[in-house]
Amino acid sequence: MSAAPQAPAPGPLLKVENLEAGYGAINVLHRLSLYVDPGEIVTIIGANGAGKSTTLNTVCGVVKTRAGRIHFDGRLLTGTPAHDVVRLGLAQSPEGRKIFPRLTVRENLEMGAFTRRDPEGVREDIQKSYQMFPILEKRQAQPGGLLSGGEQQMLAIARALMSRPKLLLLDEPSLGLAPQIVVQIFDIIKELNQKQGMSVLLVEQNARMALKVAHRGYVLETGRITVTDNAAALLHDPRIREAYLGE
Amino acid sequence: MFESIATALGPEFYQYLLAGLVTGLLYALIALGYTMVYGIIELINFAHGDLFMLGAFFALQLGIWVGAADAKGQATGQSAILAVAVMLVAAPVFCASLNVFVDRAVYKPLRTAPKLAPLVSAIGVSFIFMNAGVFWMGTYDLNFPALVPNTNLTPDWTVAITYQHLMVLLVTIPVMVGLTLFVRYTALGKAMRATAQNPTAAQLMGINVDRVITATFAIGGALAGVAAVVYGLYVNSAGYQMGFQTGLFAFTAAVLGGIGNIPGAVLGGILIGIIEKLGTGYVGDQWRQPLIFAILIVILIFRPNGILGARTREKV
Repeated sequence: MSAAPQAPAPGPLLKVENLEAGYGAINVLHRLSLYVDPGEIVTIIGANGAGKSTTLNTVCGVVKTRAGRIHFDGRLLTGTPAHDVVRLGLAQSPEGRKIFPRLTVRENLEMGAFTRRDPEGVREDIQKSYQMFPILEKRQAQPGGLLSGGEQQMLAIARALMSRPKLLLLDEPSLGLAPQIVVQIFDIIKELNQKQGMSVLLVEQNARMALKVAHRGYVLETGRITVTDNAAALLHDPRIREAYLGE
Repeated sequence: MFESIATALGPEFYQYLLAGLVTGLLYALIALGYTMVYGIIELINFAHGDLFMLGAFFALQLGIWVGAADAKGQATGQSAILAVAVMLVAAPVFCASLNVFVDRAVYKPLRTAPKLAPLVSAIGVSFIFMNAGVFWMGTYDLNFPALVPNTNLTPDWTVAITYQHLMVLLVTIPVMVGLTLFVRYTALGKAMRATAQNPTAAQLMGINVDRVITATFAIGGALAGVAAVVYGLYVNSAGYQMGFQTGLFAFTAAVLGGIGNIPGAVLGGILIGIIEKLGTGYVGDQWRQPLIFAILIVILIFRPNGILGARTREKV
C-alpha cells in the first residue's frame, strides 16, 4: 500500500439531527437525534412500532426524510436515493432478512457486491463470508428461500458486508430465531466489531442481548429518544430493567 | 404412443404441430413482454398487444419507404433483404422507445397508487394505441409484404417446411436464448431478477430500481417489435385489431406458464400455439378463441400460478 494511513474523519461516523420521517399523514419519528462513532456498536432498543426500523430505513434513504439532517462519514446524506447510499459505505441487513428467495446463496452474496467493480476482490470476500459462516458455503448452490431463519440471517449479514461498508445497520437480527442461534449471531456481531473494527448500528427488541454487545444505547419510545447512556449503565437502569428487560 | 396418435390423426398432424410451434414462438415473444413487466411491477400491461400492432404498422411503413412494398402493402420484388434488415432493427427500437415513454408518462406517476389505477390506465393506453393504429393505417386489414417466400423446402416430406417457418425459428429462438443469457449473467439481468424478487432489498444492494423498470419496458417492447416484424412476414397481413387477439393469446400463454416467469412464458406460448393450431385443424377455426379462453379460465380456477409458477410468487 503506497497511500499513507488515512486519518479518521473528525467527529462521528453517522450523525442524525432532529430527524422527522413517516408514512402518509403520519409522522413516525419526532426530532430524533443520535450518533455513531467509528468503531462503536450502538443499539436502538424499543417496543414494536416505536420507529426503530423507520429510523434505519430513513438513514438508508428507503423512507424519505421530512425534516432534519443526516451526516455520514463527513458528508450530508439527507436526500440521497437508497441505491446510492450503499456506495457511500452504508449497508443494511434489513428486518425480516429480505433474502432473494430464488437466487442461490452465492448469488445473494454477489448481489451484496452489486456496486463493486472488482470481481477478484468480490470472490475473495465471498470466501471470507464462508469462513465466517461455514454453513453458507455448504448451502452456496441452494436457493436462499430454502434456508432456515438463522441461516437466512447469517446470509443477510454476510450479504450486507459484501459491499465493504464503513457502517453496518442491523435490523432485528434476533427476530424469530431460537435462543442458541441468537447467541451465535450476536457473537458474530461482536467479533466483527472487535476484530475488524466494524461500526454497527443495531436495532433490537431483544434489549438484553443488544445491550450486552453494544457500547452505547438509545431507548426509542413512539418516535422519540427518551433515554441514552452507556450500554452497561442502561442494563442496570431500573426503568430500563422494568420496561425492556422484563424484570 | 406418439406415433400411433399421429397415425390416427393423419399426415396433417405434423403440419399442424409445426404451425403451432411457429405461432407459439411468436406468442412467446409477446408473452415475455407481459411477464417481465408483471414480474417487476405487478402490472398486467394490457396495452402490450397493441404495442405489437403498432410495431407491425411501423414495419409495414418502413417496407413502403424502402420500396419493398407498394402503398397497399404488396411486395414489389425489390429491396426485400434490405427491408427485412431495416424492419428487424428499427421496429424493436420503435416499440422499446414507445413502451418506455408510456411507462414514464402514464405508469410511473402511479407507481405507489393502488394496483387498479395503473391497470385501468393500461386499458386506456390500449385504446389510444388502437385508435392511433386506425388513424395511421385505417380500419381495413392490410397486406404485409411477403418478403420471405413461402416456398416448400421439403417437397418429399409429409410436412412442408418453408422459408417463412425457418425465418420464424431463426429469429425467435436466438432472441429467447439471448434474453435468457442476458437475464442470467449480466449485471442488469441480475438486477432485474433481484428487483422482481424483493424491490426493497434490491435498493439496499445499490440497484437503481427505476432504471431496472425502464430497462424492463425497453426489453419487453423490443421483443414485441421483433414479434411484430416476424409475425407480419409470416402471416402477411396487418390490421389495427391484430394486437387485441394476439395480445390476449400471448397473455393467456404468460398466465399458463406462470406470470412473472420467463421460461414459463416461452413454454406457455408454445403450448398455446400448438393447442390453437391443433384445435383449428381438428375442431374448426370457429372454436379457436373459445378454446384458448376456456384454457385461460381453467388455469385461473385450478392453477392460478401456472405451470412453472409455483416458484414465482412465494414471499419469504
